[in-house]
Amino acid sequence: MRDDRARWLIVFLSALAAGVIVFGLSANNYLLQAGTSLAMYMALAYAWNIVGGYMGYPSFGTAAFFGLGAYLGAIAQGFHAPLAVAWLIAGLGAAVFSAFLGSILLRMRGHYFAIGTIAVLEVMREVANNWEAVTGGATGLNLPIMAGTPRAVGMFYYFVMCGAAALTLVLTAILARSKFGFALRCIKQNEQAARTVGIDTLRTKVQAFVLSSALMSVTGAIYASMVSFIDPDDAFNILMTISVPVIVTLGGAGLLLGPLVGAFLYMLIDDFVTLHFINYHMAVLGFLIVAVIYFVPRGLIREIEGLYRSLHAKKIPPRLSDKSSAA
Amino acid sequence: MFAQYVVNGLLIGSVYACLAVGFSLVWGVLNIINMVHGAFVVLGAYIVIFCVPALGLSPVAVTAIACVSLFVLGYLIQRHLINKVVAAPIFITFTLTFGLDLLLQNFMLRAFSATPRSLQLDYGSFSVAGVSVSISRLGAMGLALALTGLLYWLLKRSRIGRAIIAVRMDRHAAALLGIEVERIYAITFGVGALMAAAAGGAAAMIFPITPLLDGVFLGKAFVICVLGGLGSIPGALVGGLALGLLESFGAYTFGSQWSATVGFAVMLLVLTIRPTGLVGRAGFE
Repeated sequence: MRDDRARWLIVFLSALAAGVIVFGLSANNYLLQAGTSLAMYMALAYAWNIVGGYMGYPSFGTAAFFGLGAYLGAIAQGFHAPLAVAWLIAGLGAAVFSAFLGSILLRMRGHYFAIGTIAVLEVMREVANNWEAVTGGATGLNLPIMAGTPRAVGMFYYFVMCGAAALTLVLTAILARSKFGFALRCIKQNEQAARTVGIDTLRTKVQAFVLSSALMSVTGAIYASMVSFIDPDDAFNILMTISVPVIVTLGGAGLLLGPLVGAFLYMLIDDFVTLHFINYHMAVLGFLIVAVIYFVPRGLIREIEGLYRSLHAKKIPPRLSDKSSAA
Repeated sequence: MFAQYVVNGLLIGSVYACLAVGFSLVWGVLNIINMVHGAFVVLGAYIVIFCVPALGLSPVAVTAIACVSLFVLGYLIQRHLINKVVAAPIFITFTLTFGLDLLLQNFMLRAFSATPRSLQLDYGSFSVAGVSVSISRLGAMGLALALTGLLYWLLKRSRIGRAIIAVRMDRHAAALLGIEVERIYAITFGVGALMAAAAGGAAAMIFPITPLLDGVFLGKAFVICVLGGLGSIPGALVGGLALGLLESFGAYTFGSQWSATVGFAVMLLVLTIRPTGLVGRAGFE
């Protein structure tokens, strides 16, 4: 059963990879742009899922690390660092920063942790707004524009973003089967018990936080290079900080394919809304959040799985199958 | 000069206290972080800004209208939207109220636009021993403190107030005593929105309001709750005044553009030392 599942997953992922490549080579510029955004949100969603899904800590700091990465990358590129080096610097810088920050924030629980992550985001936006010598203040920073036709540049960033998304997916797949991932799930279930069985909870939490933040930061740095201009409101966007957790919840938190499914659906909705109701963008996101919380709080994947099981479990008495799908 | 900063801090701090009391009460009683609170403050302020010229009443009277409207709105939101998930994990309630906040903020931006608006109040100012005090600020302080005091008295003396506190202490035991917990939840949320509207009315007397201030107000409520403790009215009062002073002197030392950072930095510092806030979950009696 387990092997069967793994085989299906490999088939699915190979087909996905092939689809991604064919799409990248053949899509028009508009679709390519949409695909790049999708890959970006997917990478962020996977990064968030480590802390928010597997570890169960309600983090609202996604945009803080995305923005940090955007600025670190932009500043590094300002010193003529090559793209890959700038992205690496963004990742390492965020890792150091989040190790420090995590050792403070991760002592908090529940509401206080959530508020702490939002406070970090707000402080960082204000720093970006006011520290003009380094960040350019509210006017923002220009980045060097990549040489080449718009088509070639677009394709380049599409594949880079897809690479980032694939990296986060593969890391999640490894994490989900590792001892480390098991420790994270223990922490989610019961932190006290996790400590009792010998898990160094604070250390494990900080490690997960660092991994998640570094991935978000690299994604932010790639984004900054791609758009060639960042300002505080764009880099530290409060809507991103809420939409990423919603994407993961929509697909299914703590599941390997949850962020992928969630990001795909979210981008479909988002694109439609941007086209037709641009003035009500925030309100539609608000509606979406209410709908997700009310109708699919466990995520679409789990709901569909439950439905599938209840349809194919005729031999087992219905009550038993209900229980197994609820577990 | 020093005295002027103290007075400014206390004047604005009492409005902050009023702003945080409702947020703190909802957090303490329902165990949810109400992300809509900032939007309630803005909505209350706009009701005051539009109704004062339209109805020709004094800002205080119009604030009462705003308070009643927001109480009804808050009651309905809790009863029909939040109540279904009130016992769910933190992430769920937090995200749901965040979503409601986005909805409300978007509609306010469409309805009122992002342009700051203010009440045209000109009551002048007076000065005592070199400290100048604007009358409208003093009025805002009086309004904020009066409503905070009224809430304190209601929680201490009225039947509903005692029921709210009983639910706050132990909702299962309260239910056994015949208290309708869901109704108390809705009333508490309504009272939270009412206090937000009062703070909005007071704020509208002091500075221009835009829907974009939503997050700023909410952030202040966070800081005050961490400084002053949850669900406690004296705590919110102390926290609010402390934040007012902190911002006043912070603006003097670092410049006013850092005001949110000063508040959040102190909050994170407090949480570093005491991860459950300065007062912890110590309730009120």
